[in-house]
Amino acid sequence: MKAIDPHIHMVSRTTDDYLKMAISGIHTVAEPAFWAGFDRSSADSFRDYFHQLTVTEPARAARFGVRHYCWIGLNSKESENLKLAEDVLAIMPEFIDRPTALGIGEVGLNKNSRNEIAVLEKQLALAAERNELILIHTPHLEDKLKGTRIIMDIIRADARIDPARVLIDHAEEHTIGEIKDRGFWFGLTLYPNSKGSPERAIDAVEIYGTDRICINSSADWSVSDPLSVLKCANEMRRRGHPEPAVNQVFYENPKSFLGQCPKFQAD
Amino acid sequence: MNDPYRPLTAPQVLDLYFIENRSRVLDIASFLDRIDRYAGADEARAEYRYQALMRTLRLLVESPGDRTREIQLSLSDPTSEPLDSAVGLKAWGAWEGVPHEGN
Repeated sequence: MKAIDPHIHMVSRTTDDYLKMAISGIHTVAEPAFWAGFDRSSADSFRDYFHQLTVTEPARAARFGVRHYCWIGLNSKESENLKLAEDVLAIMPEFIDRPTALGIGEVGLNKNSRNEIAVLEKQLALAAERNELILIHTPHLEDKLKGTRIIMDIIRADARIDPARVLIDHAEEHTIGEIKDRGFWFGLTLYPNSKGSPERAIDAVEIYGTDRICINSSADWSVSDPLSVLKCANEMRRRGHPEPAVNQVFYENPKSFLGQCPKFQAD
Repeated sequence: MNDPYRPLTAPQVLDLYFIENRSRVLDIASFLDRIDRYAGADEARAEYRYQALMRTLRLLVESPGDRTREIQLSLSDPTSEPLDSAVGLKAWGAWEGVPHEGN
């Protein structure tokens, strides 16, 4: 089968992973800008990172026949430093304009603090001004419900942003219904130990349907699996779902959402 | 490619997933036994995360059909006011603000 991983952090993965993904059927990936595992000291670090996302990584992926796209943004874990945030926001447009950048992401909240909200509002305003697609990171664990609601309220208060052009990621059982009801796309993340499993993701498909759902690995520098979307597709298949439905969830849906950016083309 | 969806029956779901979920229940039991066996067990059992986990175990039995969502909600911060600062804070997996229950 063919699949798209719409959220994977390939800068943290090896070339072996690109090969495994390519020979297994993942020929297109999208990589959001994220927290590196440590707080960066200046906007220059982000400049180098955004260069890596828009130049180095697409070239590395292409060696294995994988199309690599990215999202540009300042993650919420580094949003408490307002001066750093201001400096990073100033350089973001230069990189969003690059040929493989799909929009602004992953931006959102981490602990639901006032500074995180202020920085998110600025990035959403930038997206609205430029009519960019938006990829939202929702908080982890006990902070997810509250943060998801705050984020949705902020977005829906800006009439310039069409919720059909926003994907709210890392949704779980207690947030999916509200996200769908408010018109957004939602993402489910397959992350061993701390987030969703393939079984729970397909439970969500069965409960909420196949519309406006994207399933991703979010594979990065921690315990994660770059082939998890294919394992999840197999979970859907072994429950008896027909192949066109599997194809919709794991290929057509991410293609439809990401394809709202004219730069995107899926293999 | 156009085969109709033939969903599993509940007995087939039981058969397909029973062994792995039996193992998961034993993992939780073993985790709780481990806490009981180690020094400081009383302190650990009084901690809010342990208490939150105990509530989720009750929800497993008491919330048929909606267990997963109910457990997610029971572990979540239900407030809506932003924090003044996130400096030095991380997520722990359960919300400390709920009243702690006795064992």
